[in-house]
Amino acid sequence: MSRSTATRYALAVPVVIASVVALSACAPPGSDTTAPSTASTDFGAGGPTCGTGDVVLDMYIETGFPLPKKLAEEFTRQYPNVTFDIREDQFAVITQNAPRVLADSPPDLMRLPQVSDLAEGGLLLNLDPYAKAFGWDQWPASQLEQLRVDDKGRRGDGPLYSMGLNFSMTGVFYNKDLAAKIGMTKPPATLAEFDGYLKAAKDAGLTPIAQFNGGATGGLLFPLQGLMASYGETAPINDWIFQKPDATIDTPDNLAAAEHLQQWVEKGYFAPDVNSLDYSQMMSRFIDGKSVFIFSGDWESGNLDTQMPGKAGFFLVPPLKEGGSLGAMSASLTYGISAKAKHPDCAAFFLNWTATNEKARTIAVEVGGSHPMGPVDAFMPPVDPDSVTAATLAAGAVVGKNNGAMDFIANATGAIYAQSWTPNIQRLVAGKQTAAGMLSAVQADYESQIGK
Amino acid sequence: MSRSLHIVVPAPRAGTTVVPAVTTNRRRLRRRLSRSAFAYLLVVPAAAFYVVFVLQPIVLTGQYSLYDWDGIKPATWSGLANYARVFTDPTLLDAILNSFELIIYFSIIPVVLGLFAANVIRGIATSRLAGIARTVLFLPQVIPLVAAGIIWSWQLSTNGLVNQLLSLLGLGGITRAWLGDLGTALPAVGVIGAWVQLGLCLILLLAGMTKIDPTLYEAARIDGAGAFREFVSITLPGLRQEIAVCVIVTVISALASFDIIYISTQGGPGNSTLVPGLQIYRLAFFDREIGTASALAMVLMVLVLVVVLPLQRILRGRDA
Repeated sequence: MSRSTATRYALAVPVVIASVVALSACAPPGSDTTAPSTASTDFGAGGPTCGTGDVVLDMYIETGFPLPKKLAEEFTRQYPNVTFDIREDQFAVITQNAPRVLADSPPDLMRLPQVSDLAEGGLLLNLDPYAKAFGWDQWPASQLEQLRVDDKGRRGDGPLYSMGLNFSMTGVFYNKDLAAKIGMTKPPATLAEFDGYLKAAKDAGLTPIAQFNGGATGGLLFPLQGLMASYGETAPINDWIFQKPDATIDTPDNLAAAEHLQQWVEKGYFAPDVNSLDYSQMMSRFIDGKSVFIFSGDWESGNLDTQMPGKAGFFLVPPLKEGGSLGAMSASLTYGISAKAKHPDCAAFFLNWTATNEKARTIAVEVGGSHPMGPVDAFMPPVDPDSVTAATLAAGAVVGKNNGAMDFIANATGAIYAQSWTPNIQRLVAGKQTAAGMLSAVQADYESQIGK
Repeated sequence: MSRSLHIVVPAPRAGTTVVPAVTTNRRRLRRRLSRSAFAYLLVVPAAAFYVVFVLQPIVLTGQYSLYDWDGIKPATWSGLANYARVFTDPTLLDAILNSFELIIYFSIIPVVLGLFAANVIRGIATSRLAGIARTVLFLPQVIPLVAAGIIWSWQLSTNGLVNQLLSLLGLGGITRAWLGDLGTALPAVGVIGAWVQLGLCLILLLAGMTKIDPTLYEAARIDGAGAFREFVSITLPGLRQEIAVCVIVTVISALASFDIIYISTQGGPGNSTLVPGLQIYRLAFFDREIGTASALAMVLMVLVLVVVLPLQRILRGRDA
């Protein structure tokens, strides 16, 4: 390097760095965010409405799920002054973009990922005034529990920051034809009976459960959490998910559940390639009759009724003793209103309409396959009693009566699913992790994540 | 051409000119300045892009790495805590180790196979087979990485092509879901990488071979050298620059790998294929730990430089 080029570099480097620093300004990141905002409480005599003028609701939804679009179409039919401008993305994209979208191009209604950071960061509208105006506070509290976030970012309590278009629930789907082959004519009443059917399926050369558990997915958490509900109470699990002080997942009941799952793995009840199966592969194997059981949720009910009409059944993971309490993972299809939305009243009116209008509730059941939000005694559309939709709705009613609904254990913190549950349960399948090791590892990660 | 040659006058050495020196010097300086100003003007658009889309993100990442930030709320200063975490969290360390293991598949195998294939293709250069071989081996470079990842995840699945071939060969006992097995997932991902990188290395090496003086081979043959001796004494030294480029480009792609893994395994099963690139993405966009993600990104950048700069020195020699 000659001296002149050296001098030139010596001159250029600080100039470039200075200009870059000037461009990026040195304020700490995130200092331009706003304080949490609340909807105005002055709605006039008739409560919040969409008014009579033309309104275009800006809606950001998850692609591949027709329910929000069908609801929007029906809403426009009933309220012609309201139309929808709908943007669609995959859920992963929504998760990545949520903070930016809510802040920079605020939608009136948006499909939301885990809400705690978004609510705590003041990006979501506090819906409590609407809840009061519309009477959502009269609904079963468990429906809205998961959608509340307190001032420390913990869910389960505090102001309401989101609403569901419906709430779904998980359990076991079974192929009725294959089940008949192994002598199962009705859903098992106890866990031991279920174990017997799994063994019978294995002995008959069938794949008992082709559960997804590959890549970044931990689909064996579905049976795990189902077993947790069989072995113990659901309330402590919710406490753990909602980050109540001193909550732990590493309890004797949960250990028994995890060991039960480990036995299923060791006895070969899962497909040999579960660790490379993704969700859609699981569904196509089940629909093709290559798996007797799968653990999934009622969002598939409508799909299964179309793809294999009359051939799919559903039951909740059975209790240890006959007549024991039943629990299930239950979560709502979460939508929220941006703190900067242009038409928050109309958006809230739409959310209330989805839970209370008969047409909307019919769409929620027929298109979404899941239970609509709303009061216990609200209108329910008639469904074919042989359909799997009827079976999942009936199971949902049982869970509701038992108060056996739990949120998903993967939702306890933002990182617990990808960084802790998934790798640990994949290692459990591979024989590189024990049931006890998994629970203590997850508990340790949980503590370090919420301790931040 | 010849006329312009005459116009070029050698610049007078300093101190040899006499009276008009001051004015001509000033004029020349002005001309040089305006010429260089013009040159700078031409560079400005590219430089602006570079500053805005390369340097600024690096500086911002450096800044974010010193904060505890979820991407939404105001950040809090945390000094070097994020870096401490990068070097103590076993998951993050394992990710870095995995990326080093990928160098075997992304770099060493393609370069060695590329040298072999290029040498064979050079030997049969006149036949039509050479063209076909070149096209087939280069094809993976043309296919988008996402498509390559999807194709291979089908081929490596339980009833995919790989297992079908193994069963045909009587090796049914070792068939498995290659991407779903803790022990084989990383090598399986490596195979996809090797398949992609081989084409790049092959083309670079073939191009390098055309530039080697054929008389060298003739002379060697007259001296009684065999094919192996020719390869070691003429081809290899002649390809030094190209091998250096191959190794450097592929080592960077191994250390900074993301797309193939994102498509085929997403870091699973059990984090056995987790690499820093994927972990940065997860930390930043899903766990909302922008600070830790930025610190890992800075460490990855330094790591790539630390590995690649000495490699460049060694492989390209002093003339680099």
